[in-house]
Amino acid sequence: MLSRVISELPEFFGYYNVIFLAKAVVATVALSAIGAATGCLAGLLLAIARMTTARWLAPLRWAALVLTELFRRIPFLVTLMLVFFAFQLSGFDLPLFVVALLAVFLIASAYLAEIIRGGFASVHRNQWDAAVAMNFSMLETIRHVILPQAWRVILPPAFGFFVLFIKDTALASQIGVIELTYAGKVLNNKGFAAALVFGTLLLLYFLISYPLTRLGQRLEARLAQPRHR
Amino acid sequence: MPNLDIASLMASYGSAPVLDGISLSVSTGEILGLIGPSGSGKSTILRVLVGLLTPTSGTIKLDGTAIDYSSPGEVRKVRDRFAIVFQQYNLFQNMTVLENVTIAPIKIKKWSRKDVEVHARTLLDRVGLGDKLQSFPDQLSGGQQQRVAIARALALKPEILLLDEVTAALDPELVSEVLDTIRALAREGMTMLIVSHEMGFIREIASQVAFMAEGKLVESGSPAQIFDAPREARTREFVSKILRH
Repeated sequence: MLSRVISELPEFFGYYNVIFLAKAVVATVALSAIGAATGCLAGLLLAIARMTTARWLAPLRWAALVLTELFRRIPFLVTLMLVFFAFQLSGFDLPLFVVALLAVFLIASAYLAEIIRGGFASVHRNQWDAAVAMNFSMLETIRHVILPQAWRVILPPAFGFFVLFIKDTALASQIGVIELTYAGKVLNNKGFAAALVFGTLLLLYFLISYPLTRLGQRLEARLAQPRHR
Repeated sequence: MPNLDIASLMASYGSAPVLDGISLSVSTGEILGLIGPSGSGKSTILRVLVGLLTPTSGTIKLDGTAIDYSSPGEVRKVRDRFAIVFQQYNLFQNMTVLENVTIAPIKIKKWSRKDVEVHARTLLDRVGLGDKLQSFPDQLSGGQQQRVAIARALALKPEILLLDEVTAALDPELVSEVLDTIRALAREGMTMLIVSHEMGFIREIASQVAFMAEGKLVESGSPAQIFDAPREARTREFVSKILRH
């Protein structure tokens, strides 16, 4: 097997295959990065929405709760198909990549909303009391008091989620988005040895997610380190 | 004219009533001591005054003007006139001592950072913590944290200071440093509502004492009257129990 892999190496890493794989890497990174970034933002908004107390904002609270609970419970693949067929039915002709992006955005928002909500909830209630009594608005309280104390609870599961998330974007291949896993299947079907193709994928996925883990560790050290003791 | 006038105040947590028709008034420069068994609603009055709990009925007047606590705008205004110090200090754990004292004046009241910091340093010097400006709350003792909390409240330049069992969470040897700080404020004529179990201290410092039980005001009067000649049996019982040890 090893001799076959070695003999196929020059052809496998030929110009067009490398370009093909590079594009696939870009697609996977873009799906992950854009999905995670927009998901962070939307997750933060969902978490904040769920903490509002005004009576007239009750529909917003419900909507945030439903979105969060729904998309954390549906398998990624099902969400993807839902979005895919919803767009087909509606007649919008969006690129497959955008459809996949919307699906990963929904999922990332829901998971990150829950992680962020948990972080907020970990900050003692008396911090809110003190801020509110000094006329901090809800957003001012979150920005100055709650979020800075919630990082240490939010960051580890958030980065754990990002790593899972990168792998989950592989499911976008199911609707025909040419990302890393799809590219691997194509190359395998072309006749390249499975060990070579999927070994390369393994390496590429690792190369994508390892820096992310390191970034997570650095952010934790900066934002979430206990100050002393 | 009384500065603060509370009449028939009712409040509840969910369906459980915690304040059942409280009427009290406090004039400028006066110190009202609120005493009573746990769960009697003393702290709740303070929480209602700063808008942490919305009253269900009754009126609260400041300088003769009734405050509508169901209006967020009015609550914001009234919070500018009170400052509260909590039993658990509630210092912001993510900020240094100086930041704790200056954040609300700078970020919320939008006062000039320079003036606020000068004032904050003066206040922290006064409570004996001028050398702890860059410390974080969890590096300080309970007594020190509570003195920071008092400085933080004073930095807001409140008209009325609310002290909610500020020594209850402290080790006994740390109580006096906090009480000394409050004594100094009393000498300067600060109007205060003090919820406390430190009966000796209340007796010494309060101009008026109100005894509460089960959300009701049982009796109020001068410290001498409440502690030496209570009219109500409940007051007598409470005071005798407390003073025995």
